[in-house]
Amino acid sequence: MMKKFTVLKGIAAPLMVPNIDTDRIIRIERCAGIPRERQGEYMLEMMRLDPDGSENPHFILNKPPFREAKILLAAENFGCGSSRENAVWALMGWGLRCIIAPSFGDIFFGNCFQNGMLPIRLSAATVERLAAAIEADAGNAVLTVDLERQRILTAQGEEITFEVEPLRRRMLLEGLDEIGLTLEHEAEIAAFQNRDRGVRPWLYV
Amino acid sequence: MTLSTATGTAAPSTLFDKLWERHVVAEPAPGVSLLHVDRHFFTDLHSPEFKLLAARGLPVRNPEMTFCVADHVVSSRPGRTGGNAAWSETYLADLRAGSKRYRIKLFDVNDDGQGIAHVIGPELGITQPGMLVVVGDSHTSTHGALGALAWGIGSSEGVHVLATQTVVQRKPKRMRIRFEGTPGPGVEAKDLILHAIGKLGTAAGAGYAVEYAGSAIRALDIEGRLTVCNLSIEMGAKSGMIAPDEKTAAYLRGRRYAPKAEHWDLAVQHWKTFGTDDDAVFEREVEIDVRKIRPQITWGTSPQDVIAIDATIPDPASAGGERRQAMLAALEYMGLVPGQPIAGTKIDWVFIGSCTNSRMSDLRSAANVVRGRKVAAHVRAWVVPGSQGVKRDAEAEGLDRIFREAGFEWREPGCSLCVGANGELVGPGERCVSTSNRNFVGRQGPGARTHLASPPMAAAAAIAGVITDVRQSTLEKR
Ligand code: SF4
Repeated sequence: MMKKFTVLKGIAAPLMVPNIDTDRIIRIERCAGIPRERQGEYMLEMMRLDPDGSENPHFILNKPPFREAKILLAAENFGCGSSRENAVWALMGWGLRCIIAPSFGDIFFGNCFQNGMLPIRLSAATVERLAAAIEADAGNAVLTVDLERQRILTAQGEEITFEVEPLRRRMLLEGLDEIGLTLEHEAEIAAFQNRDRGVRPWLYV
Repeated sequence: MTLSTATGTAAPSTLFDKLWERHVVAEPAPGVSLLHVDRHFFTDLHSPEFKLLAARGLPVRNPEMTFCVADHVVSSRPGRTGGNAAWSETYLADLRAGSKRYRIKLFDVNDDGQGIAHVIGPELGITQPGMLVVVGDSHTSTHGALGALAWGIGSSEGVHVLATQTVVQRKPKRMRIRFEGTPGPGVEAKDLILHAIGKLGTAAGAGYAVEYAGSAIRALDIEGRLTVCNLSIEMGAKSGMIAPDEKTAAYLRGRRYAPKAEHWDLAVQHWKTFGTDDDAVFEREVEIDVRKIRPQITWGTSPQDVIAIDATIPDPASAGGERRQAMLAALEYMGLVPGQPIAGTKIDWVFIGSCTNSRMSDLRSAANVVRGRKVAAHVRAWVVPGSQGVKRDAEAEGLDRIFREAGFEWREPGCSLCVGANGELVGPGERCVSTSNRNFVGRQGPGARTHLASPPMAAAAAIAGVITDVRQSTLEKR
């Protein structure tokens, strides 16, 4: 079932490239050809690896301390494009549990919550400020993300508030699963269909 | 929300809001709606999810409302019996086993209804106005062209739909894009929407459901509307839709899954009850003058990187910050030089296909450019019809002959080169003019360079062997 998310303390890696699409996060042949548990090895492979398969030493996630990152700072529209949930599985398989960006692809954003990954929207200015501080000094890279209190604590002791919709927050904190919650509404689903059958009978043939 | 039926008057409301309201089953939390799903397409790439359902011991709640489709992993090779990627057969086997176990209708590899989910949904009349349609695929917005609520979902949500016939959703904001005026020669539905994405940007629709309206939309046939709605996700929108009209009903009448005679009048009556009220308020309104749009082509690695065919490749020096970096990276990947005309760029591949542009009207307009001419010797050119139905109709009209005689390969229906999930790829560094919807880095294969364009523009490029202005190409033909 779903992993809980309460407090996460870890290295944050800045990857300030706008419009990182889910095709880029994990290629289609990895989605189809590699078991879900191993897809982390292929996360962002077109950026992380050179065409011959060796690591690109200049790419941020290949440099210490960012190899150990649990948090990603990203630019606008992160996770746009394809609906592939493999993108979330690959990011998590690589070790990430939280993405902080000014905006996200809508389906990706929803997919995160289904898997215990926390996507946080912060203003572009705030994300850029955090990224700049880390780029200037890797000693600033440790962030603490506290979902209960909806606060990010920086290495210099600054507190940044964020907001997560209450139901989604509760589901992450308690590791609740959406199907389980919806099954409690079975009577309402049945009632809807009974009513609807009278209005749109052609749908029920 | 705004419907106050008690007094018989309703506050002005949008098409989107009206349909949303009609699908609310429950409100599990403030601002969160549980919506009824009327139709669900389950594509081959999702077949592992049947195991997730089985592991939970849950049945499929309404198997008659889901349709399984073999589209992504199937080969497009003539004479195919399955897929040609290493994983294809496993996915197809799991899809067949799941559809059998849960009694879900399957459109298998060579079934007469097979095709890309977003092509067969409308074509078979499975998608209808007023429905809520979901697919584990981001281009589900296509179905909105018939006046349906339609959006892509993830894998977990797909399992949720199978188990509960509902989705948990937060209502997006509303945007309306009006296309006004009559398009000039050589300008297709694809050009209208590519132009809009170029103007607004790939994140402009984030958090919005888009309604397309205006005289140019009303003038489009249903297939053109499907193309417009298809690309909604490329501006980040949750969905795209067009209010149903007489054309919509005429399009659906008699299709395999359309309402049968005994329900037809009732259904049409029902469809007439929605449409955006005159004074409904959208959070964002955009108007686009169609008369100014010229045939479009992308130059970069995002659909927003688009210019008119007679324009020059933009200079990153004109942009700042992150955008400038992104443009530099895109130009490097694409092997293009700023300031040069895009027309005349040599190409290796042409792909006419995908859920964006693989329907009869697309193939007809491409065939009109191709008729009696030859594909340039160095170009590999494919036509992959969107469905078995399109393929049959095209063959009946002789379009396959026009393409074949010109040197195109006439292939079997599926997603094919749009994403390469079946192992069909454009090679590293090769340049392809494609009628699909994504020019992302590596989308058509590692290192592949994609230029998005309309079917006639792709056809003109195949003949010329370089990116070319379809208007010029048509003149030369005369
Ligand atoms: S044709 Fe392309 S965009 Fe459309 S469903 Fe298939 S892979 Fe996705």
